[in-house]
Order: sequence, then C-alpha cells, then structure tokens
Amino acid sequence: MFKMYIYFIASFGLFLIGLYAVLSKKNLIKVILGLSLMETGVNLFLISLGYVNGGTAPIFERALSPSKMVDPVPQALVLTSIVIGVSVTALALSLCVKLHEKTGTLDLTKIRSLKW
Amino acid sequence: MKKILSLIVILTLIVAIWHFLPALSKNKAFKIGHFYIEHAIKDTGASNVVTSIVLNFRGFDTLGEVTVLFLASLGVGFLFSGNTKNYKPEIQPSLILRVSSRLLFPLFIMFGAYIFIHGHLTPGGGFQGGSIIASAVLFLYLGSKDKKLPGHFIEYLESLSGLGFIGIGFAGILASNIFLNNFMPKGIVYTLFSAGIIPVIYIIIGIKVGLELSKIVADLIKGEENV
Amino acid sequence: MLWIELFLVIVMLLGAIMAVSHKDIINSVIALSLVSLITSILFFIMQAPDVALTEASVGAGLSTAIFVMAINKIRNRDRNNEKNS
Repeated sequence: MFKMYIYFIASFGLFLIGLYAVLSKKNLIKVILGLSLMETGVNLFLISLGYVNGGTAPIFERALSPSKMVDPVPQALVLTSIVIGVSVTALALSLCVKLHEKTGTLDLTKIRSLKW
Repeated sequence: MKKILSLIVILTLIVAIWHFLPALSKNKAFKIGHFYIEHAIKDTGASNVVTSIVLNFRGFDTLGEVTVLFLASLGVGFLFSGNTKNYKPEIQPSLILRVSSRLLFPLFIMFGAYIFIHGHLTPGGGFQGGSIIASAVLFLYLGSKDKKLPGHFIEYLESLSGLGFIGIGFAGILASNIFLNNFMPKGIVYTLFSAGIIPVIYIIIGIKVGLELSKIVADLIKGEENV
Repeated sequence: MLWIELFLVIVMLLGAIMAVSHKDIINSVIALSLVSLITSILFFIMQAPDVALTEASVGAGLSTAIFVMAINKIRNRDRNNEKNS
C-alpha cells in the first residue's frame, strides 16, 4: 500500500511543478519545459494505476506458465501519449524560434502585440 | 504577484488531491485487461500482449497517432522552409568523432531495424525502433563537417510508407469486409513469421516514424539564410 | 526495494525543481533529461518494458536534442544581431 503512495506522490509532484512553471515563468522556453514535465507526470500516473502486487510483464514466453500479469491497457495508452508529447514539444519549439525571429525577444511580458 | 497567485493555485490543488488520494488505491477495475490477456494468443498469434492491443484490438488509434506525428513533421518542415544552407558547425569535429560516426551508423540502423522487426515477440515495436533510427541520423550529423540529407528520397519513402499502412487497411476490406482486419495467416506462435499483419505494419510504421523524426532533426539543425 | 524507489523518487523531484528554477537554460534542459531517465527506470520497475524503452529513447534522447538545437538557433541569432547592430 505504501508503494502506491510513493508513485502517486511522485506523479502529482511532477505535475504540480510543471504547472507552476507554466503559470509563472517569463521565459518562453521554461513554459514549454513545464509542459513537458506535466506530460511526464501524467504518463507515470497512468502506468502506476495498472500495477498489480507481484505481477510480471505482459509478455508470453515459451517456457513460462502464465501467472499474474500487470494490466496491459494503460501501457498501450501511454505508448501513444509519449510519442504525441514529443511531437507537440517539437512543434512548440519551432514556433518559439520563429517568434524570436519576428519580435527579437523571448520575454512573455514584452510580446504584447495583441493587447487592445 | 504572478508567483503568489500561482502558489495559491498549487496549494489548493495539493489540498484537493490529498483529499482524494485514498480513494484511488481501492478501485481496481481490471476486467478488460483480463479479456485481452486471455485472447491475445488465440486471436492474433502475437506473444507480446501490448503489441497485440496496439495493432490488432485498437489498431485505429495507432492510425490516429501516426497522423499526429505526420502533422507535427509537416508543421516543422513548413516553418523552416526558407532555410536552404547546409549544416556547418563552428567547432570542427575531431578525427575520432568523424571516423567513429561513419563506422557506427550502419550498426545503429541495424539495431533499430531489429527492434521493430521483432516487435511482436520481445518488448519493442515501430515507435521505439524509429526513434533509434532518428538518433542514428543525429549522430551522423554531429560527426560531419558539412552535411545534407538526400531530401527527396526521404520524403518519397515516408509518403510511400504512409500509403502502405492505409493500403493494408483497405486490403483488409477486400479480404473480409473489415478495415484493418488481421487477414494474413497467423502462423506458429513464438516464431518470427507469425501474428498475421502485425510485423508487416510494424515495419512500415518503423520506417515512417524514423524518417519523420530524422526530418524534424534535420530541419532544426540546418543553417540560416542571412547570417 | 522500497528504499531504492524512495531514493529515485526524491532525486527525480529534486531534478524537476532544479529544471524549473535554474537561471541558465542549458542546465534546465539537462535536468529534464535526468527526470526522463529516472522515469524510464521507474517504468521498468513497474513491469512495463515497452513503455520504458519508448521513454528512454524518445524522452531522454530526442527531446533533449530538440531542445538544445532550438536554443542554439536562438543564441546564434542573438549573437548575430549584436554583431550587426
């Protein structure tokens, strides 16, 4: 039981640290770093939900008789989620580079061209 | 001011999570996991249960994921379409780096290909092998003085792989009236030529993802026009 | 086994705090790579080898490289703007 609490605290800690970076940092690259940390935290939480005490990896082998296996459905979800996370990070970073080319700064408080 | 407000939001969330934390570790609804574990070898012939879920039971979601990766590669290529200069590093790579990158590049490609060919037997699959191939291309860039990838060959091969994935889906409609159905013979379990269309689709996905990620890397590392 | 996981989780949270609050941005990116590596080890301890392989090759390899290349482009343009003006 205590083992589960460690994983929940770790994943929620990562999520909240990433949320703090998105809410209150001025550098645009730090905001994208926080977004990536939030995605890592959510993936860790999803895998830790499918863990069974004393289970093994969900792969069949010729010489092994099937014992308890962990849940394979969250693993399939997280596989998709990690790849989508890295593609979103790549697109956001190339948008940052283009923004720096047009306005010359990466400070969020100075990019205000849409302010009424 | 912004920091104090964000700290208040985070403290509220911590209190809310602490309230709901004991309820998370009691609820174990595991029924569909048991169904997939029992029916994995009978229905698909793949001994890796996660692979049979990703490509056979929920194959349409994999099509969506391949589309999202394609959109990201398209966006990065469109944003950096004005740069035409080659990659010229400021500090020239040393002799050891130049020689070893050329020697190790085919070994990296072979390792990545091994991982996505055996995706239905051992842990691995198309996405893992594809990103290893992209790391191999990055390694080749880091050890060269002046490099340009053969552009049109990569784009044609990637589009052909995408068409191949959808083509196999339509071949499933021709064979048995269901899109992306597992229509090829299942073979003997635990061997290489088993599990129907799963190795074929993983080879196609491995080539496609590897080429897309290496195109993203090549676009980000190119030189600038008016420097 | 419990003490290993506790130690890894504490190092991961310290690495995440350092990624968010350091002044130099290259150090933050390397701390993000450390968080990704420890996450991959935790995935392996929780009996999920497919996901551990994906997180190690994509998170600790390509994501860090993409960050460093984008930061390099921005710094080169800053240096060229200072040299020209």
